[in-house]
This record gives sequence, C-alpha cells and structure tokens, in this order.
Amino acid sequence: MAFLDIEHLEKSYGPTKVVKDFNLGVDKGEFVSFLGPSGCGKTTTLRMVAGFETPSQGAIRINGKDMLRLRPNQRNIGMVFQSYALFPNLTVAQNVAFGLKVSGADRGMIAERVAEMLETIGLPDLGSRYPFQLSGGQQQRVALARALAVRPQVLLLDEPLSALDAKIRVSLRGEIRAIQQKLGITTIYVTHDQEEALSMSDRIVVMHQGIADQVGTPFEIYNRPATRFVANFVGTLTLLEAEVLDAATGRVNIGGTEAVLGRELPGGNITLAARPEMVSLGPAPGRETELTGRIVEVDFLGSVVRLRAQIGQTVLAFDTFNSVTTIPPKVGDEVTLSLAASDLLLIGA
Amino acid sequence: MTAPSPAAARRRLPLNWIGIVPFVVFALLFLILPTMNIVLGAFRNAAGEATFANIRGLFTPSILASYWISIKISVASSLLGCAIGFGMAAAVVLGGLPRWIRSPVLTFSGVASNFAGVPLAFAFMATIGPRGLLTLWLLDQFGINLRVQGFTILSFWGLTITYVFFQIPLMILIIVPALDGLKREWKEAANILGASGRQYWLMVALPILFPSLLGTFALLFANAFGAVATAFALTGSSLSIVPILLFAQIRGDVLQDPHLGYALAFGMIVVTGVANGIYIWLRVRSERWLK
Amino acid sequence: MRLGFAWLMLAVGMTYFILPLVGLTEFSLSMRRGVYSFDAYAAVLADPRFRQTFSYSVVMALVTIVFGVLLVVPTAYWVRLKLPGLRPYVEFVTLLPLVIPAIVIVFGYIRLYNTSSWLPMTGSTTGTNLLLMFGYATLSLPYMYRAIDTGLRTIDVATLTEAAQSLGAGWVTILARVILPNVLVAVLSGAFVTFAIVIGEFTLAALLNRPAFGPYLQLMGANRAYEPMALAVIAFAITWACMGLIQLVTRFSKHTKAAR
Repeated sequence: MAFLDIEHLEKSYGPTKVVKDFNLGVDKGEFVSFLGPSGCGKTTTLRMVAGFETPSQGAIRINGKDMLRLRPNQRNIGMVFQSYALFPNLTVAQNVAFGLKVSGADRGMIAERVAEMLETIGLPDLGSRYPFQLSGGQQQRVALARALAVRPQVLLLDEPLSALDAKIRVSLRGEIRAIQQKLGITTIYVTHDQEEALSMSDRIVVMHQGIADQVGTPFEIYNRPATRFVANFVGTLTLLEAEVLDAATGRVNIGGTEAVLGRELPGGNITLAARPEMVSLGPAPGRETELTGRIVEVDFLGSVVRLRAQIGQTVLAFDTFNSVTTIPPKVGDEVTLSLAASDLLLIGA
Repeated sequence: MTAPSPAAARRRLPLNWIGIVPFVVFALLFLILPTMNIVLGAFRNAAGEATFANIRGLFTPSILASYWISIKISVASSLLGCAIGFGMAAAVVLGGLPRWIRSPVLTFSGVASNFAGVPLAFAFMATIGPRGLLTLWLLDQFGINLRVQGFTILSFWGLTITYVFFQIPLMILIIVPALDGLKREWKEAANILGASGRQYWLMVALPILFPSLLGTFALLFANAFGAVATAFALTGSSLSIVPILLFAQIRGDVLQDPHLGYALAFGMIVVTGVANGIYIWLRVRSERWLK
Repeated sequence: MRLGFAWLMLAVGMTYFILPLVGLTEFSLSMRRGVYSFDAYAAVLADPRFRQTFSYSVVMALVTIVFGVLLVVPTAYWVRLKLPGLRPYVEFVTLLPLVIPAIVIVFGYIRLYNTSSWLPMTGSTTGTNLLLMFGYATLSLPYMYRAIDTGLRTIDVATLTEAAQSLGAGWVTILARVILPNVLVAVLSGAFVTFAIVIGEFTLAALLNRPAFGPYLQLMGANRAYEPMALAVIAFAITWACMGLIQLVTRFSKHTKAAR
C-alpha cells in the first residue's frame, strides 16, 4: 500500500466524464507530476485529492486513512495555487503563520516556525512586507512556505509557475525541488510544461482526456512512450510511416529506404517515430541508415540548431549542435541524414 | 508617437491644452465658482469683510439641532443600508443562488438607487403614511395603530426608513464588485490551511472588505445628508434637517440673512466633503492591496 | 453563506422594495371609492399642467443630453489621448457634483448669476432655462463622464486616431465619425441616466422657479391625494424603462462586439 493511494477515481459533470478511472500509488517522499494539456483532468484530480471537488466514484487514502470522509480543512494537506492566493491583508509573516494560528498553536512556536520557513525559502528579511510589495516569484515562494509551515502530509502544487516569467520559472523549479527533497514531503505537481515535469519529477503521470495514458519515470516517458499521445506531447518527434518487410528481424521499408530495427515488430504498416537527437547531419558512426532529403526550415536556437528536412512525403525534424567552425545548412540544400534504426520508437495507438 | 523636438514641443503644448478649455470653462462657471462663492461667502459679512461670524452663527441651538438630526438620519439610514445591502449582495454573490438572479438584482438596484426624490416620498406615504397600505393593513389585521404607537412618517424613523430605500441599492451596487473581488482561491487556501468558514471570514474576507464597507458607509452618509427632495416632499418644511433649512433660506422664507445661508451651505459641504474624502481614501487603500 | 439563508435575505430585501411600490400603485388606483380604477391617471393626463411640465422636462432632458455629449465626449477623448496626466484631476472634478449637494450648487447659481451680477442669467426666462440646463448637465456630469470614459477605455483611442489621421481626417471628423460611433453604447447609457435624473429633479427647478416636472410632482403631492400617486407611478415607470433600456443596449452590444 502506497502512502497516497488513489483508486478508480472518477469525476463527471452531468453527462461529461472529466476524470476516468484514475489509479495511482505515490510513495512517501515521492515527487509525482501530472502532465497534460488543458482540460485533460489533471487539475480536477488534484482538487479531488485536496477536497475541493467530490469524486463521483473512487477512493483516496493517505497513510491508510480515507480522505473522502474529511473536509479540506481536516486533511492536513498543503496546497500552492497558480495565482499564489496570498492573503492581501496579511504580511508575509502573517500569511506563513496562518495555518498555525488557525490551529491554535502558541505564539512563540509560531514565530519560530515562521522564521524557519522564511529561511528555507530564502526570504528571511521580508516578513513584514505585504504581498503587493513582492514580485511574482517571491509571492510564490511565500505561498510555498505558507503551505509547508503546518507540516502537511502531502503537498499539492497546481501549475505554480505558469504565471511567472520564463527565467524565474527555471530558477524557482530548482528551488522547489530542492526544498521538497530536503523535507522529504510527498508531492503532486500539476503542469502543462513538459520541461518542468521532466526535470523535477521522480515519476510523471501523462494525462489525456481524463485518462492516465502512462505513468513512469521521466526517462521512460521520454524514451519509451506508451501511446501516440505521450510520444507527441513529450518532446518533439517526427512520425514515419513504414511497411514491415520481415517481422522477426524488424526489417522495414521507410519511404523507399530499408532499415533493420533489430527487434520483433508486428506485421503490416506501422508508425515509427524519430526524436531529433536520433538523427545526424551527414554520416555518423553507429547510424547506419541513411536518408536523403532537402532542408525546408532552419531554426538557429543558439547552442542547438533545429532543422527540418523533406524526406519523400515526410518532414523530419532533427537537431545539431552549434559549431563555431561549421555553418548550418540553408533552406533548399540537399542533405544526407543518418540514424540508427534501432533507436526508432514504435508508436502504438 | 515620436517625441517632438523641443521647439515643436513648446509650440504643441499650448495647443494640447486648448482641447480641455470648454470643459474647464464649464466646470469653472457652473461648478467651481458657484461653490467657491458659497464657501467664501460663508466667511464674509454684508460689508464684504472677512469674518467668522457666520460660522459662529451656525452654533445656535436650533441650527445645531438641525445638523444633528440630519446626521442622525444619515447615520441611521446608512447603517441600515449597509447591513441590509451587504446581506443582499452577499446572498447574490456568495450565497449559492442561481446565476440568473444576479443580473435582475443589479438592474433593480441601479433603478432603485435613483428612485429618490418626490416619487419615493409618495410611495412611502402610500405605504406607511396615515392612510397607507401597510398602516391600514396592520390596523385591520392586528389592531396595531401606528399613530398611537408614536410612529408617523413625518419623523426621524419615517424619513430613515424612506431613505433606506435608495441606500440599500447603492450599497449593493458598490459592494457587489468588491465581493466579486474576493478570489475563490483565498477561501480555498484558508480552507486547506485548516480554517473554518467563520475563521476565513474573520481573518481574511472581512478585513479585505473592510475599507470598502467603511468607505461605502461614508458614501451612503454623504448621499443621505444631501438629499433634499425626498425630505421636502415628505415633511414639507416641518422636519428641520439641514437641506430643508437651506432650502428655506434660499427661498427667503425664514431668515433674511443670506450669509447665514452661505454658512449653512458651507457646513453641508464640509460634512459631505469629509465623508466623501474618507470614501475615496479608503477605496484607494483597498485597491492598493488588491493589486 | 448557506443557501436557505441567502434566499431569506433576498426575500426580505425584495419585500422591503416591493411593498412601497405596491402601496404606491394600490393607492393610485383607489381614487374612486370602493373600486380600483384608473381615475387618478385619467385626471393626471387630462391636467394641462402635467403635459406642460412633462414636455418641458423632456425637452430640457434632451437638450442636457446633447450638451453633455458635446462637452464630455471630446473632453474625455482629449484627456485620454493628449493629457493623460490630467486624468485624475478631471475625474475628481467630475465627481464633485456628487459631493456638493445640488442645493448648494443652485444656491451658488442664484448668488452668482442673478440680475445684479456680471452674468445676469436669471434676468430672463431664456437665461434661466439655460442656467437650469447647465445645472442639469452638472448634476449628470459624474454619470456621463464615467460612462463615456469607461466606453473609451475599451477602444484603443490612440491607434484609431492615428489611423484616421493617416487617412487625412481632421479632429471633428475623427470625433464624429470614428470615436462617437464606437462609444455609442456608453453614450446611450449616460444619456438614459441623465434623462432619469432630469425628469425627476426637484431642487434646481424649484429654486430657479422653472415649470419642470419635479416641482409639479411636489405641488400635486401637497394638494392632492391620489393624483400624485399616479404621477409617481408614471415617473417610476419611466425611470425603470430608461434603466431597462440601458441594460438592453449594453447586453445587445456585447453580442455584436467581436470577441477579443
């Protein structure tokens, strides 16, 4: 039995089923992300764990205790909102102290704990400021401190970084992860940003139209996507239609070029996927399959150059690292691309 | 727009100001000068010399009583207006009532808040006046004779109850946006931190709303204090509230000292000015928080 | 707030509002002893003074609206466009009529523009009418300005002006053919409020001795029992109609406005 158990969770609004048969076991101290596009049900699921939505069906247990019988203010869960939701009439210190004050803790203990939390989030001197005097990043850190001050058993974060600038997002997510690991608190993190999910999580739940398409580590999600949606949503890839010539050895025909994948494949026509980092410009050791095509798009992103080449009917996306000595190809150039056929992903439904 | 060169800027600046001239002239002639005339007149005597005599003349028992009764009625109707208005606004915004209730209530409030003046007086006369619907009904059904009980519409309570009719809608109109501004996340955040509904209201929601509530009270007060028509229509000149007094002054009915009239008017401006000042200050403060 | 309590609150409130209106209507229908009839209304409509004062007030209202629009739209536009720093001050001025009671304002008029002053407006009927109109415009200024300013806020005034100028339009053209049509809804909203204010206004008209609807109402109230009630019902119905029209117009415009 996991620390946080979600079983057969469902939520319907009238005839629409927003969350369908959601199952998840989260271990103590684990950081799990719910990743998916808007409307996939990730926030609804989170809010059911918090207690703001009532499931139509299913069970939620924390440490064996049934949560559904408890109101949100009885569950000892911490939550961080996308809009920070700091109380504007209270100072930073009073915000952080709120949960403790409500539970009737003694004044001295509260002051100590508040100082401790402000130290943890790196804002020890801002206790007497008001939320409107803080930047977005600072406000979110205070919100985190406020949620953690009461020592909750589970921490929920609902797209906490979406409202912030890109640079702050990157630095803050590192901080959040560091604090979470230091405190060892079981955490669920909802986001639509795959970079966040991939870089922060122990495991990711990729959600799609109310269903958990795949649950796995970031490495698994990225390199072994279980469904077409997961493969498409996480990272860039190009789909290649192929015809299986020999199912046992995995010999296929990709738009005129033959390649051997080296593993067993189903028969008939299949869909393969290539991630940009699998493809090299020009011949490369270990990448025996060669395709020719014409460059249709060049995106100079700085350290990475993202190119798209027309190969037969498909447009293949691939990356090369920037090199001081080599100028990237131009649109219209004829190029040879090489890849290792065994790298190709087989895309399911 | 590109920044003009210094020479052009000097030429352009006067031109910009021309656009606002009609408004300035209008405001000066028909708003500011008349008011200043009154304000200054309050400090001048018949010979044109500066004096405080007029202001001192306000401090006679009858006039002070007049101000006092005006203030009492304004406070009473504002308190009632605030309380009931807040209750109704909270019911509509937070009470879980069906969504379609909100718009008609706001429209009605918009209308009712303007339904001051003479028609309002008539409506209340028709209801709780000597031959009013409610008066007669109470007499017939319960044998309660309002007149015997000491209630007549030409009184402090009569006027207060009448004023409340446009105070409540005004409160609703101003407080509903403030209640809308109570973010759902605040309630949820308080909840998940362990607070009960009551604790949320005491520790978060009411403190946030407090500037708006107090400010609106001040506005309601100013509104009631300045209301002439309703009072006049209801009481003739019999109830000596300040606007009536001033009205009589202007008409030349009672005293023949125009400068006392100035002082009365000045006193009114001071009261309503202070009240409105409080309202604006509190609004600015609360808006700063809720940035 | 629990649902039951919410309904109770609303019901109590609405009772308080409905009751006087019911009382008013009931009274207005009770002229003929024993039965409900429209006798009071008939008497009112037959009274020549009703028609006179009502049409006077309607005309005054329309003139005030026209003047108000001509004054406020260019001013609000200009402030938004060229003098944004002045906006708080202009707004403050437009809020003054809410602070300074009407009775004080008209007192000022009488003192300032009587027959022995530099601008003897009260010396003639036309002058007094004009003064009354300016007074009405002053009273409705807060509502007009706020309505129009809100309307201007939702359109990008600067860009529209630049576009029109680059196509060769002069200021009058810009105001009349570009700005005004786009804030028409806001203007109408302000116009309806002005109309309601002018029709019901008492203090200014009474003290300037003009034959407006407000003083007529009060006069009837002092002398008659049933006719004033009928008049009040009529006045109230008109105000309702104005406000209702505002709501209709704004809702209608929301549907026709392109989604942003």
